[in-house]
Amino acid sequence: MCGICGFVNLNGIDDPELLPQMIGAIRHRGPDETGFHRSPEAGLAHTRLSIIDVAGGQQPMCNWDRSLWITFNGEIFNYVELREELIRRGHRFRTRSDTEVILHLYEEQGEQCVRHLNGQWAFAIWDVTRRKLLLSRDRLGVRPLFYTQTGDRFLFASEIKALLACPEVPRELDLETLDQIFTFWVPLPARTAFRDIQQLPPGHSLIVQDGRIRIAEYWRLEFDPETELESANEDALAEELLALLQDATRIRLRSDVPVGTYLSGGLDSTLITALTSKLAGDRLRTFSVGFDDPAFDESCYQNEASAFIGTQHTQVCCTEDDIARIFPEVIRHTEQPILRTAPAPLFLLSKLVHDSGFKVILTGEGADEIIGGYDIFKEAKIRRFWARNANSRMRPLLLKRLYPYLDDMQRQPPEYLKRFFHVTETDLGSPFFSHLPRWETTERLKLFLSSESRAAIPPNTAMEELESMLPAGFRGWAPFHQAEYLEAGYLLPGYILSSQGDRMAMAHSVEGRYPFLDHRVVEFAGKLPPRLKMKVLDQKYLLKRAAAGWIPERIRQRYKQPYRAPDGRSFFGGRNRVVEDMLSPEKLKRDGIFDAARVTALVNKFKSGHARGTRDNMALIGILSTEILMEHFMKPRTTMGSQRRATDHAASSANTQFHRGEFSVWSS
Amino acid sequence: MQRAAQIRNFIAENFLFGAADQIRDDASFIDSGIVDSTGVLQLIDFLEETYGIAIANEDATPDNLDSIDKISAYLARRLDGSRKAAPPVLEVAEAGGQS
Repeated sequence: MCGICGFVNLNGIDDPELLPQMIGAIRHRGPDETGFHRSPEAGLAHTRLSIIDVAGGQQPMCNWDRSLWITFNGEIFNYVELREELIRRGHRFRTRSDTEVILHLYEEQGEQCVRHLNGQWAFAIWDVTRRKLLLSRDRLGVRPLFYTQTGDRFLFASEIKALLACPEVPRELDLETLDQIFTFWVPLPARTAFRDIQQLPPGHSLIVQDGRIRIAEYWRLEFDPETELESANEDALAEELLALLQDATRIRLRSDVPVGTYLSGGLDSTLITALTSKLAGDRLRTFSVGFDDPAFDESCYQNEASAFIGTQHTQVCCTEDDIARIFPEVIRHTEQPILRTAPAPLFLLSKLVHDSGFKVILTGEGADEIIGGYDIFKEAKIRRFWARNANSRMRPLLLKRLYPYLDDMQRQPPEYLKRFFHVTETDLGSPFFSHLPRWETTERLKLFLSSESRAAIPPNTAMEELESMLPAGFRGWAPFHQAEYLEAGYLLPGYILSSQGDRMAMAHSVEGRYPFLDHRVVEFAGKLPPRLKMKVLDQKYLLKRAAAGWIPERIRQRYKQPYRAPDGRSFFGGRNRVVEDMLSPEKLKRDGIFDAARVTALVNKFKSGHARGTRDNMALIGILSTEILMEHFMKPRTTMGSQRRATDHAASSANTQFHRGEFSVWSS
Repeated sequence: MQRAAQIRNFIAENFLFGAADQIRDDASFIDSGIVDSTGVLQLIDFLEETYGIAIANEDATPDNLDSIDKISAYLARRLDGSRKAAPPVLEVAEAGGQS
């Protein structure tokens, strides 16, 4: 696992300092070695975390006649099989690395080569003879890839900070992205928190050639159940799911360095640990995070899983003070505003893994999204069930069973419960039915935006933009699948795999691998009927059947507890000065994003101990993370010229909205 | 009137973070997005602590609590009517302790 960056030059003037500066900004992703390939037209750089073919896998790597150069971050797990096929077709290899496999496949099949890859990747190939740059990103968005263009260059990198090493790249917050995060919790695909900096969406490739950019989708997440599976034998399907997961795990153990697993104490990571342990042979090393606050701690399940499977387990304990202490560094890595502190404990966890001498970790990430694990799916099912008999007194009470771990939900008076989750006819017809309560709650965070910020964000654009990018068949899918798509298509790449995934792991040079996100598993899950994912209200039904005998019964049957961490109050108990420094009225006014008086009132609410609930917490974390981001990376909006601000909206939508298809590189 | 002002201040401070003038006395807290499910519990805690009453689940309805006007009317019924309905002190302390 590594960091990559590079550029295509339009004017032919070489800047020998640029590549080292760009790659220097992301050395944490690959501290083992650094490499460059540079010509007047293009430059590629690579910073390496050596995992496969430690001796022969240096990058950027070229083909035999030096007409193709690649810089690659990630892993191609089926490289062994692909290599054998290529050798049979006459290709000759110089290394044992998966990197060289991509080069040979590209020689044969051009940009279509990505369709054969099973893995997690972000790579760039510079095709010298065609003067063409190919960028590609894996199907689910495990590995990040950002790009931007200045007057005379197209630039790309694994992290935004590498792009910012180029002085011409603007350092401005994209207010429309902030508006989306304060609605959906994530930027929609292609957007980033930075104006004029884009992210290549999962399942897409991008080609730069002859002064034009072409973006093409090569894979699409779909939920389209096969009718024959409706009547299929459940045991047989559970067996098929298990077999797929076993193979997905098997190829994810391909590594020349030792592999461990994360063990959260839930079904998904415990099953992956059990499968890994059986395949890996030696006593497996497992890692977890615990909390000193028992409301969040799952140590007893982690220890039970470790003892049952027979792993050597190591845990790091996370306190509220830890969260506050590391939060600014966490945001320097997420490079986007977040509404929860949940990435922070994972930052500590990857440090534990790194300090234990491990570089590769398998986790249970992805199961909740594709096999019906999240509470939001259950909530939507109950709301729909209730809507069929709107006067029922009992049906809304099912909602209390949803969140046994949330005290406020348990205390909710029945009449209010009914009002808050009440379903209208309009809601029922909405493609976003499942997510409306969440998004409506989140949207209240916009109360804290300054009037200038609000004026710069046109109303309803977030929802309209999302609607415009839904897949063609979406409206015909079952409501359950629509909800799964909203999680797997947006929250997964936009937050789970980035802010909680790649960014926290790579902050300490650790690579995460996710068997549930093997595209064969995802495609299989997409064909399953909803009733096998959630039977009545039993989440991940088929996966639980598949896991029988592999994991402790208590863990297999336990109520799903979402991963949570202490939120806002973490910043008010200890000696840290994060809130004082980042949310001072002077800084808030200077940055111009938020209404300083309202934010101060929110801070005072926390200080007096009266803040509680999702809204207050999301507001504090969202504002704090935005202000930290401003401090690290951005120019205050108040220092921008008034003319620039006035044209904000028009320019921003033209530049950051996702273009699929072809458009000019240097058109702006 | 004094109660209405107290309630307005509480709502402004806790849910609107300032700007007490933004809220009309007859505006629904739910429809205008002022309170969420946690906010309702905060509101109930506030009323119980401030006015020394316990609000049972049967009373904790939008009909009684969903605007400044409705709360004022509810409080008038509870406080200005029969004093016999006032709860024991112990119960008040428990309600406050849950916040």
